[in-house]
Amino acid sequence: MSMIRKITRMNSALALACLLVIAGATSVLAASSEADFKTAYAAAEAANKQAASLRNQWTTTAAALAAAKKAADGGDFDQAVASSKEAEALARASIFQATSEKEAWKALEIR
Amino acid sequence: MGGEVNVRSAIHFASAALLLAALSCGAAQLAVAADTPDPVADAKAFQKYFTQKFPKVKLQDFVNGPYSMNEDMHRQWEEKEQFPPYDFSLDLGKEMFSKPFKNGKSYADCFPNQGIGIRQNYPYFDEKEGKVVTLELALNRCREANGEAPFSYVKDEMAALTAYMAFTSRGKPFDIKIPNDPRALEAYQNGKRYFYTRRGQLNFSCASCHVQSPGERIRAEVLAPALGILNAMPIYRSEWGGMGTVSRRFITCNSQIRGVPLEPQSDEYRDLEYYLSYVSNGLPISGPGARP
Repeated sequence: MSMIRKITRMNSALALACLLVIAGATSVLAASSEADFKTAYAAAEAANKQAASLRNQWTTTAAALAAAKKAADGGDFDQAVASSKEAEALARASIFQATSEKEAWKALEIR
Repeated sequence: MGGEVNVRSAIHFASAALLLAALSCGAAQLAVAADTPDPVADAKAFQKYFTQKFPKVKLQDFVNGPYSMNEDMHRQWEEKEQFPPYDFSLDLGKEMFSKPFKNGKSYADCFPNQGIGIRQNYPYFDEKEGKVVTLELALNRCREANGEAPFSYVKDEMAALTAYMAFTSRGKPFDIKIPNDPRALEAYQNGKRYFYTRRGQLNFSCASCHVQSPGERIRAEVLAPALGILNAMPIYRSEWGGMGTVSRRFITCNSQIRGVPLEPQSDEYRDLEYYLSYVSNGLPISGPGARP
């Protein structure tokens, strides 16, 4: 009896795991929409504006933003969202750099 | 009895607190002292760093950039100087300098000593404006004050004019002054901060190449030492296939490390030029120069 219960529990766990995998795969496969792109692009642009206020933008952020726009213009919203997210990550890294360098520059100074 | 103990404890506590306060004040003063800019000490330490790193290179020779770091390149440069690639720009600059503006005035009217032999005094801190004024900026201001359109800061005409002005100052030591004005010291300190601050996706500062690695190769190029780097400006660069100004040098450095360059003659670049020129005080003007 207890053996049967164990098997039943294992089956339930397996079924749940399968469901989770399928759900995950479905969400990965789900195509990005224009709205997704607009949200991701706006977040990247906002971060890049913050980097500009710190006088520390990166050329790679600008390139990723341009790639996102080009992909969106061509209707490839998956690529557009991916490039927007890359741009946001780069902009955030440039903000981190500018912030940490406010003090860290002194370590390089010739004294 | 218990009361005495309490009083003693209180006295001990108060003494400890006073000692701590005194120590922290002392520490704060030390920190302030360490952060207070001392341009004279900076320039001394800067020049000492390079002369110790390259004991065979004479102080005056640092103005020859990568050619001072490598014997083969030095020989090439000596040969190149017999027919300098910047000659066309020098000739153009001389011609432009002597040609009057439409209103009859000329560049000579805008500068001390008619603009001859004064390169070594730029940039200077303008106490009226409260900012650093570079030679390139002064030239465009001269043009605008006389009803002429400003030139691009990065090449061609601006390089030609500064090439001629540098040529008339060859051999004169950089003589950058920091007046007794807190704003001048702040500009100097801002320039220093910019020089040492890492930027761009490659996470490089100006110092990463020109302090930590002069004489080393970055791809096919030999990196120039920061000491004397501006004394040779403007330069003809084979890589550019033409002349470039100080502005062009800063902008290119920023893009090469994947940083978005600032606008030419922005406050940051002006302050950077002020700092870099000051720490090369005493080294001769050698511009216009030629670089690979």
